[in-house]
Amino acid sequence: MLTFLAKRLGQSILILFGVTLITFCLSFLMPADPVRMIAGRSATQATVESIRKQLGLDQPLPVQYVKYLGRLVQGDLGRSYKQKTQVRELIMSRLPATLLLMVGTIFFELLIGLPAGIYAATKRGSPTDTWIMALSFAGVSIPQFVLGLLLLYVFANMIPIFPLGGYGSLKHLVLPALTLGISGGGWYSRMIRSSMVDVLRQDFIRTARAKGLTERAVVLVHALRNAILPVVAMVGLDIGIFMAGAVVVESVYGWPGIGQLAWQAIQMVDIPIIMGVTLVAAIGIVLGNLLADLIMPFVDPRVYLR
Amino acid sequence: MSYSLKKFLRNRLALFGMVMILLFSIAAIFAPFIAPHPPNKQFFEGLSIEGAPLPPNTKFWLGTDLLGRSLFSRLLFGARTSLLIGIAANGAAVLIGAFLGIIAGYVKGFLGTAIMRFTDLMMAFPALLLAIALAAIFNPSLWIVALVIALVNWVQIARVIYSQTVTLVEQEYIEAIRSIGASWPRILFVHVVPHLWPTLLVWGTLGIATTVLLEATLSFLGVGVRPPTPSWGGIIYESQSYFLDAPWLVFFPGAAIMLLSLSFNLVGDALRDVLDPTQRGRD
Repeated sequence: MLTFLAKRLGQSILILFGVTLITFCLSFLMPADPVRMIAGRSATQATVESIRKQLGLDQPLPVQYVKYLGRLVQGDLGRSYKQKTQVRELIMSRLPATLLLMVGTIFFELLIGLPAGIYAATKRGSPTDTWIMALSFAGVSIPQFVLGLLLLYVFANMIPIFPLGGYGSLKHLVLPALTLGISGGGWYSRMIRSSMVDVLRQDFIRTARAKGLTERAVVLVHALRNAILPVVAMVGLDIGIFMAGAVVVESVYGWPGIGQLAWQAIQMVDIPIIMGVTLVAAIGIVLGNLLADLIMPFVDPRVYLR
Repeated sequence: MSYSLKKFLRNRLALFGMVMILLFSIAAIFAPFIAPHPPNKQFFEGLSIEGAPLPPNTKFWLGTDLLGRSLFSRLLFGARTSLLIGIAANGAAVLIGAFLGIIAGYVKGFLGTAIMRFTDLMMAFPALLLAIALAAIFNPSLWIVALVIALVNWVQIARVIYSQTVTLVEQEYIEAIRSIGASWPRILFVHVVPHLWPTLLVWGTLGIATTVLLEATLSFLGVGVRPPTPSWGGIIYESQSYFLDAPWLVFFPGAAIMLLSLSFNLVGDALRDVLDPTQRGRD
């Protein structure tokens, strides 16, 4: 267990190191010159040079990278070019909205995906099964922005139950979370179906049926317990992916999360924010996977950590 | 193969997908002949007196957009954009992924490890953010968008191909072939790659579904194919602030994106059922 943890943490740190290297390189490929953007159009050459010097952008790239790493280790993500605030504070201010959306989304994903997939597995090969699988595919095939705009049209415009976007109450959360929940729910339903189908063919299920358990108990207790493992891994993956925010849904609903921050930063070539968000997202993905790996043995004792 | 073909044809969802893909391809190839109006022409009578776009009517079957252009014609030409990028970008992603996956699985050693660690690294990147950033760096033309998508999407394919190659190379028949002195290109191309075809075919189909969605998303965010080139995501991008008054401008392109992506998903899934030997005899 401890060796597993140490090994995985070591790998994670290496991966994060690589991520900083790639984002750093990418940020210098950006076509716009950040110094000119800060200085404004009417700035003189001297002002431009002094800002460049002030930001340390006049030094050779390897030096800049090492300095950047040095600040990172101290938890300093740098300062936004445009808003002049600490990137760490900007990200922290967006984090609650992103986490809220994440919880809401995973709730809807499981609420939609698990029952649909389990039911389809018990009716394998029937028209119901085919339909559920077709609908699951439809869910993953519909672009999030289309689904988001449609839900807004129906549930905020035609039948005004929910607000047209924004952030603040639980009512604001429903539509964005549902949008992401429907597209993610399709993957969950397909996954739990295939894992259930495998489990339902095993001997211990026949034994459970033979000893007279109700079909309900067989499916929901004995089979589900053994089929749930991939779902745990998937939730871990979801948590990680969410740390980059949901750019599309946040843009449709005006949700003030990390995705929106990143999207605005890319449009304004605010490089420190882009690098900060990417790094936070990568940490999220690495931690999400690690979390899933650590939870798995508790869900299914057959899993050993090596 | 005939067993597989029969099984494939029995899958009605896959047949639906095949027919839809065929229809979309016909629409894309023959767009100039089918389209009732030129896609970029702004019609004076295409806007109401107040200057608002028209809902579907007898002259403009699916209505008009904010500039008074025929939505139906734009959708037909948009099918070209979607299919071209879908096929080209995914084709490139499969090629890159297969190439790196096979090398990593066959060579192993330092090179193999380096390639696989690099894919681990790519997996930790938020894919959409990376695509957006790349698209913002390069000035996106159709082919640049395709390239950006390929650069983001090859990772999973590389991992799948890698794990299959590793298992194949460890098989005894490969050892036997090696012991009779076969050269490495012969081992690779005659005895390893043919076993990877089913996987490549499945990913080559399923991946198009993801690619179509990604292209639409990039266009919706305004970093995809540049106007006036019609693109389904781009049409929604242009009209999103107006969608409560003109929902058809979101609904029709949205339905097109979903149907095309769904069709490739259904066909790809059916192919996997048919081609994956572990699925044999399961129903």
